[in-house]
Amino acid sequence: MSELLKYIIRFILFILVQVFILSHMPPLHRFVTPYLYYLYILWLPFSLSRMSLTFIGFVFGLCLDYFLKTPGLHAAACTLIAYVRPFVIGMLISQEGADKNYIAPSFVSMGWAPYGTYVLVLTVLHHSYLVLLEWMTFGSFVYFVGKVVASTAVSLLLVLLTEALFFRKQKFRTNTI
Amino acid sequence: MRNAFLFIRRHVNFLFFLVLQIIALSFLFRYNKFHEAAFLNVSTEVTGRFNERYNSIEYYFQLKKTNEALVQENLRLRQQLVDNFEAPDSNKRLFRDTIRVDSVRKWQLMEAKVVNNTIALPANYLTIHRGFRQGVRQNMGVTGPQGIVGSVINVSENFAIVMSVLHPQFRVVAALKKGGENGTVYWDGISPSFISMRNIPRSANVVVGDTVMTSQVTSLFPAKLMVGTVAEIVPDNTSNFYNLRLRPSTNFSNIEYAYVLDNLQSDEQKRLEDSTRKKVQ
Repeated sequence: MSELLKYIIRFILFILVQVFILSHMPPLHRFVTPYLYYLYILWLPFSLSRMSLTFIGFVFGLCLDYFLKTPGLHAAACTLIAYVRPFVIGMLISQEGADKNYIAPSFVSMGWAPYGTYVLVLTVLHHSYLVLLEWMTFGSFVYFVGKVVASTAVSLLLVLLTEALFFRKQKFRTNTI
Repeated sequence: MRNAFLFIRRHVNFLFFLVLQIIALSFLFRYNKFHEAAFLNVSTEVTGRFNERYNSIEYYFQLKKTNEALVQENLRLRQQLVDNFEAPDSNKRLFRDTIRVDSVRKWQLMEAKVVNNTIALPANYLTIHRGFRQGVRQNMGVTGPQGIVGSVINVSENFAIVMSVLHPQFRVVAALKKGGENGTVYWDGISPSFISMRNIPRSANVVVGDTVMTSQVTSLFPAKLMVGTVAEIVPDNTSNFYNLRLRPSTNFSNIEYAYVLDNLQSDEQKRLEDSTRKKVQ
């Protein structure tokens, strides 16, 4: 399957899962909102330029927004993590050159600890910005902190499950290409 | 000038990011303020189609509960039929017709299928499969078989978006059934199984379990539609009012059908009130 087609199918699947499964789950607590959709941005290939990465983040977030009737909310958060992503990757794998040898970030291509840190940092960033924007309209500081912590925990669990269920094979590419 | 171009060239990624952020935030804040978002009309039509597909599957799992709610509603309406009331004397039978002949129609109902519904988000909306072509307009009330559901805030050709009672900006004036005291019903955003009501005077004789119904003061709903029952009475010590926590009568998690309420006289009422305001000034 061509890479482009794979990413288009993933785009649609992530939005449908977020809209029709995760948003329809009965609420456990008002702090817990299960988010998984932003994993799409974390899985985008290394080779994308920063500008197109930011743009894809914006379009992806806006698509979700129109389903959830919150135009701009998720788009803003997705644009932020898509913009910050190259900096985080650059910090975590400066020596090994994995971004040349592999296609996309994963446990295999980056190693366990750097990939875990990468997911954690972007998850916290995404949730903080999202809840901050919500917080401007209502809620208190306790609401802000509680929701960021609880949602991050649930999201990390979901990311872990997704990574375990849908293991992405990563081919090692030599430098001769 | 050359330096300006150089600056743009060097920071093109960051500037692009800033532009997209500004676009996203302007969408967000315009939407919260006026409930009019860019492209929302078009997108409602597209997302509505997706929601309809999904609902056609999900609907089967709710059939039992939907049926029960409709039977309960039918039962309530049948109880009000004229035939149930027998006059004591067979010579002089008094018929109380449900609609008086000289009455003027104020409310018109349209049934609508709910194709999408959320309860877990901080601001919840429903999508119904009836739109501009079928006569749905903004600011119409929406009720369900069990009680009030929300109000229409955006309409496309065949779909409409309803702001649920479980939305922090939803407000409706309701009254206690027993005493008739008016108060404002709103959602505090904490739990989808409770809504709040404020400005009930302390003189009101209210106990847990009392019924709260819509008041005739609001132009969104007809009077005496179920809103909920009192679950807890919280005295507000800074004022002379009670705050009530209500259990909404509508079960928002499995709502499949709703009725859109068209107030045929709302234009006239609004015109009169506006013109009065002008006269007084």
